[in-house]
Amino acid sequence: MAIDSKLVERIAKLSRISLTESEVKNLSSDLDNILNWIEQLSELDTEGINPVFSSFDEEEIKYRSDEINDGGYREDIISNAPLSEDGFFLVPKVVD
Amino acid sequence: MKEFSTLSIKETISSLKNKDFSVSELIDFHISSMENGRELNAFITETSDIARKKAIVCDQNYSKGEEKPLEGIPIGIKDMFCTKGVKTTASSKMLENFIPPYESTVTQNLWDDGAILLGKLNNDEFAMGSSNETSFFGEVKNPWKNSMDNFTVPGGSSGGSATSVAAGIGLASLGTDTGGSIRQPASFTGTVGLKPTYGRCSRWGIIAFASSLDQAGPITKTVRDCALLLNSICSYDPKDSTSSQKKIPDFEKATDESIKGMKIGIPKEYEADGISEDIIEYIEKGKEWLVESGAEIIEISLPHIKYALPCYYIIAPAEASSNLARYDGVKFTHRVDAENIIDMYEETRSQGFGDEVKRRIMIGTYVLSSGYYDAYYLKAQKVRAMISQDFKEAFSKVDAIYGPSTPSTAFELGDKKKDPLEMYLNDVFTVPVNLAGLPAMSVPVGLDKKNLPIGMQLIGNSFNEESILSIASCIEKSAKFDLNPNRWWINE
Repeated sequence: MAIDSKLVERIAKLSRISLTESEVKNLSSDLDNILNWIEQLSELDTEGINPVFSSFDEEEIKYRSDEINDGGYREDIISNAPLSEDGFFLVPKVVD
Repeated sequence: MKEFSTLSIKETISSLKNKDFSVSELIDFHISSMENGRELNAFITETSDIARKKAIVCDQNYSKGEEKPLEGIPIGIKDMFCTKGVKTTASSKMLENFIPPYESTVTQNLWDDGAILLGKLNNDEFAMGSSNETSFFGEVKNPWKNSMDNFTVPGGSSGGSATSVAAGIGLASLGTDTGGSIRQPASFTGTVGLKPTYGRCSRWGIIAFASSLDQAGPITKTVRDCALLLNSICSYDPKDSTSSQKKIPDFEKATDESIKGMKIGIPKEYEADGISEDIIEYIEKGKEWLVESGAEIIEISLPHIKYALPCYYIIAPAEASSNLARYDGVKFTHRVDAENIIDMYEETRSQGFGDEVKRRIMIGTYVLSSGYYDAYYLKAQKVRAMISQDFKEAFSKVDAIYGPSTPSTAFELGDKKKDPLEMYLNDVFTVPVNLAGLPAMSVPVGLDKKNLPIGMQLIGNSFNEESILSIASCIEKSAKFDLNPNRWWINE
């Protein structure tokens, strides 16, 4: 499948990354090459194979008890925010 | 004072116990090595003051006889690990000024065992790369120049971690390995690098790249040092839901075990084209060493291994695109102001991320997008199941798998920078291991005709780091590799 600049712009929109014209051009050819190479997976018959999303043994995953044992780091968390006020993150106006 | 830089951790600890020198003297030496080695660009942040302060405490512990297992040992940490109060950048503009309010579990384990933070190490941006050329803070140079006297890459993404150890700056380092990011740089720099089984080390406090593949691990000068670091960093951590509660053995003991009677598999698929002749020569040499030590070599087959790399380049970017969604200009230091919130997100991410990171976020977003999920993402997870099954079958016949770490030795700076796909192919031997969650390590065996280190890879069965440590230790004894690059970076 060919990746054209229109598709790249759509993916960029979904990724919340703005691209310059030259970036769109370069990424079109890069992604086209990479995805064409990835296409080789289609030669494998995977009918009836159960997908594996993690190598970790699911039986080992234990639920922790539902209790508060940590927290109270509001100042720490906000300390890396580019803009904050009264312990809140500040963002540009979202609702008019 | 040269003797300091050639000592292993084991030797340093016994010298400290003997009072041959103090921790403060040791730390002063490593701080000056770090300062003299700035041309290597291995460190993003030097933490000399922290190191000097802790050295005083460590010396007191030695004089009281209360020293802990890694007391006073200077260690560099890849800038992917959160260190409390110390800038942690992931080598990205996006986190240029990020100061974590907490400490990662694996680094905390090291400090609890007496180790000393020397500085934070350069890497490929968000650990995405195989040459350490994607870092916002500039490329790292391999201490080993090639025979044409040209600079070579240290590999990546843990390039700074590998370079610092190879240059004798700090006694060991921590890296992270998502598709080979510990083993490939270890191989390129003549150091020992190990990626533990997925779940052995906590991922808590490591800046996430691909969560189902990421693992922390050590880069060291010797196999025994590697085991000593593993003893410290591996632990069960309730803060990481994929942290294992399996018993953690004494890894150092494994380095003394004989490999007599062990069955070691060599995948016939590894004889594929593209491996350099010098490396093939060393594969054969290594086989002889193993046989001389009483191991049995068995040919095995991993029929789907050639699909591991394209499979990885769906799964890793997919997970990355999701993990890196958090960098939106709201929470983490970097923001580009704009009129509305969408423009703020888009400009912040556009200017905060480098080209390779953008490329991977875009691939990941595409393969997860509506209409393509089944064809790419789900398909890749099925292929992953087939690759894991290949390994399972192989490990019903053998105790470990042996082969090269990389198809070539270190390439020249700038050589593969222009073609992302060519760069990806460098990880052909390391990536399959991450998909299956297995432990694997690279151990140096010799130099090629260009005077560059060659590393061999050992892959173990799940939660069996011990067998690969035993084999690596045996290879190390036979290879007698001399980690002694020409120290061109020191101006005298």
